[in-house]
Amino acid sequence: MSAVHVRDLRKEFVRRDGGFLRPRRRVVALNDVSFDVARGECLAILGQNGSGKSTLVRLLSTLLLHEGGSAEVFGHDVFTEPREVRRLVNRVSVEASFFKKLSAAENLSYAARFYGMTAGETRSHIPEILERVGFPADRRTEPMENLSRGMQQKVALARALLTQPVVLLLDEPTTGLDPRSKLEVQAFIREIRAAHDATVLLCTHDLAEAEALADRIGILDGGELVALDTAEALKEGYGAATLEEAFFAATGHELEAA
Amino acid sequence: MRGSSLSFRHEFISLAGVVERNVYLVRRYIWWDLAFFLWTVANALTIVFIAKGVEATGGKIDVNRVTTTLLIGAVVWAYLGIIFEILTETVGWERWEGTIEYTFMAPLSRPVHLFGMGVFAVLYGVVRAALLFGIVAAFFRLDLAGADYASALVVLVVASISFMGIGMMTAVLPLISPEKGMQFGFIAQGVLLVVSGVYYPVDVLPQAMQWLAVISPATYALRGMREGILDGAGMGAMWDEIWPLLLIGAVTVPLGLEVFRRGEIHAKRHGKLKRSG
Repeated sequence: MSAVHVRDLRKEFVRRDGGFLRPRRRVVALNDVSFDVARGECLAILGQNGSGKSTLVRLLSTLLLHEGGSAEVFGHDVFTEPREVRRLVNRVSVEASFFKKLSAAENLSYAARFYGMTAGETRSHIPEILERVGFPADRRTEPMENLSRGMQQKVALARALLTQPVVLLLDEPTTGLDPRSKLEVQAFIREIRAAHDATVLLCTHDLAEAEALADRIGILDGGELVALDTAEALKEGYGAATLEEAFFAATGHELEAA
Repeated sequence: MRGSSLSFRHEFISLAGVVERNVYLVRRYIWWDLAFFLWTVANALTIVFIAKGVEATGGKIDVNRVTTTLLIGAVVWAYLGIIFEILTETVGWERWEGTIEYTFMAPLSRPVHLFGMGVFAVLYGVVRAALLFGIVAAFFRLDLAGADYASALVVLVVASISFMGIGMMTAVLPLISPEKGMQFGFIAQGVLLVVSGVYYPVDVLPQAMQWLAVISPATYALRGMREGILDGAGMGAMWDEIWPLLLIGAVTVPLGLEVFRRGEIHAKRHGKLKRSG
């Protein structure tokens, strides 16, 4: 059984240009996307802004309803069995969203309760997990708004890991981080995979990150998955020397344009 | 059996988590909450002074009784405002902080999530209402020797079940309109109280509004609290107010959950379950 099984997944949004009386139009965000992710695998999805990466992550997070196709996480239908899927999945996105006045420990407690962890359990577990992501112990009770973006992203990783997800959805987790924080986050993603046998779906527009972390790479363009293979096979298939060239050959545009 | 008790435990921990988070937020925003409370006291005083004003302009009224009647109206007005505000924050605040996606993708049932917000709203609202009542009553040196506070409190708590149901309906509005939805809590509060005799007997309302008063839980809450505090009516005499409240609650809570469920489906279909709206 695949960890993630997606078949002909389609998502459209209704948009109105301007005032209330203007006609509505349908915009296709994902167009019949199909792929599988094996247990323990890391699949990177590369694409420009607006290519449908975040829509894909939000569909698998049970935050959107689809217009067609299917999506399953360990055999559970994302749209008809959302609670089962929610127990298996967690995510880290580009925005490390927290209650800004609350501390890292308070934010993590709030998240942990929804996964059935009692105050007694989180009291020991939260300091452990924050230590593992390299978060300084003396800043645990400081409001999140006082922390740098890199620090906040570490707490976001701790939040995802705290719930022991078997599928981790990463939506541009290192965008906007300084090089050192970026490397720390990437090292931690490797550790999660090794230690927890977690399956990772990494959406990014960072080619080097995709190549460094993923077993296979998919290229999403205009809501369509135009290529899916290992980095080496993609380069070979498009006769490209680099992944960047392969991306250009597959989509007709540069990734940096994003 | 074991599975269901584990599931019940999980739901209980989740509910406690929602309450706990709100306690953390109150602690962090305590000075803002105190400033808002001062505004509520000032607002209550402007209403309660009306009784003194009527007497000063030659009106023949029982000032103690009218002052207490107005004060109960002002307290219920403030209480209802807090209930609706906190329930509407279920979506509004989380959207503003950006945590909405994480909370709505957690394995937490929506009824438990909403009840958690409701339980905190009632606890916080009752403490705030008691303080407001005590401060304004002391300010006017009201004679409340015969008051039965326990029966008044029971009526308010039972009415809160219905208020929670209506609050769940208003909570969905920021999902549909992120920009304007929050304000609808105030509209519900105003409409509910105007037909419920907040500062006057329901009999003075036009007939159509009196019909609405029959289905408004605030009518029974106000009447029961006034009977308890003004007339010293005990629990035994409160049944006439409590059974309609239980009946209205049995309708508004499932209705509120269903309205929220449909709103969540709408938001998921149109991609509104996210920070920016």
